[in-house]
Amino acid sequence: MSDASINGAATQTQEAEFGDYFALLKPRVMSLVVFTALVGLLAAPVSVHPFVGFCAILFIAVGGGASGALNMWWDADIDAVMKRTARRPIPAGKVTGDEALAIGLALSGFSVVFLGLASNWFAAGLLAFTIFFYVVIYTMWLKRWTPQNIVIGGAAGAFPPMIGWAVATGGVSIESVLMFCLTFMWTPPHFWALALFMRKDYDNADVPMLTVTHGRRVTRVHILAYTVLLAVLAIGAGFTSIGGPVYLAVALVLNALFLKGAWDIFRRDEDMSEEDNFLVERKFFKLSLLYLFAHFGAILIEAGLDRIGGLA
Amino acid sequence: MSFGREHELHKRRFGRNLGLGLVLVAFIAIIFGLTVVKVTRGDYDPAIAGGQVSNGN
Repeated sequence: MSDASINGAATQTQEAEFGDYFALLKPRVMSLVVFTALVGLLAAPVSVHPFVGFCAILFIAVGGGASGALNMWWDADIDAVMKRTARRPIPAGKVTGDEALAIGLALSGFSVVFLGLASNWFAAGLLAFTIFFYVVIYTMWLKRWTPQNIVIGGAAGAFPPMIGWAVATGGVSIESVLMFCLTFMWTPPHFWALALFMRKDYDNADVPMLTVTHGRRVTRVHILAYTVLLAVLAIGAGFTSIGGPVYLAVALVLNALFLKGAWDIFRRDEDMSEEDNFLVERKFFKLSLLYLFAHFGAILIEAGLDRIGGLA
Repeated sequence: MSFGREHELHKRRFGRNLGLGLVLVAFIAIIFGLTVVKVTRGDYDPAIAGGQVSNGN
């Protein structure tokens, strides 16, 4: 971290609005956290009181938001350099680094303690570990050190369904690990596609993304390789207890589309991508968002069908 | 010194105060709701708690 971020990257130029503090929590990432944690909670074989479930998801979301604020505090210097992140509250001068740090720490403690009180301390411990993993292991250590940053750091984003499952059951099981693996394997192709079309951003910020350290050709090969592994895992999960006919149908269609996208990316070179302004890479990135939401949506539907079948 | 005219800064501060106020109200509602759910479910039933103590002894 440079001195700039220590000193609050960011000299505050205007008084912040409430929305600026909310933006520190990365609301879009939070929506993914909320959805996958909710699926983990509802897919579990143990039912939870609706209000306790609502509070648990809220505290998991706040924990995810807190880690986002701490990430913005630490990365304020590189956020200011990258076009994609330059308008975040700290580089934009709306919130100081110290404020983000205080909000991040306070909300981390709050979310873990209240998740423990509302549900159980195993789930709270898992949330605490997730925050630690995202902030310390990914943001402070891996992100600026290794091109595998996205691969290992992706674990942080994969924990929420496990936390949701732990809220209901108080533990871990093969089903929750499968949901973890799905998000974990999905993260690298998702972010590497983004790195391909946000070309200069990571170069300028000196972040060792695969595109910077090993070149764009290697990145394309990696996207294809991880997509193949992801497809095997995603379709294989359809034959376990979280799967079923609906999940399998969704997985077959989406993995076929995802594999086709990865193959197209693999076949292209930089000239072809420049010509259409990275159209294929952008489409693949958009498809990756639908991919994850649809898979978790299908797991949710299967869980609902199981409950209906159990009642009948 | 007069504060009669509303400045853009006042709007910002009002929005921030209102947002924080709503967050605090929501927090109180959540704690109240959780307490009601936990107590009515018997999580803190003195009879159960007493039973656990006597079993422990």
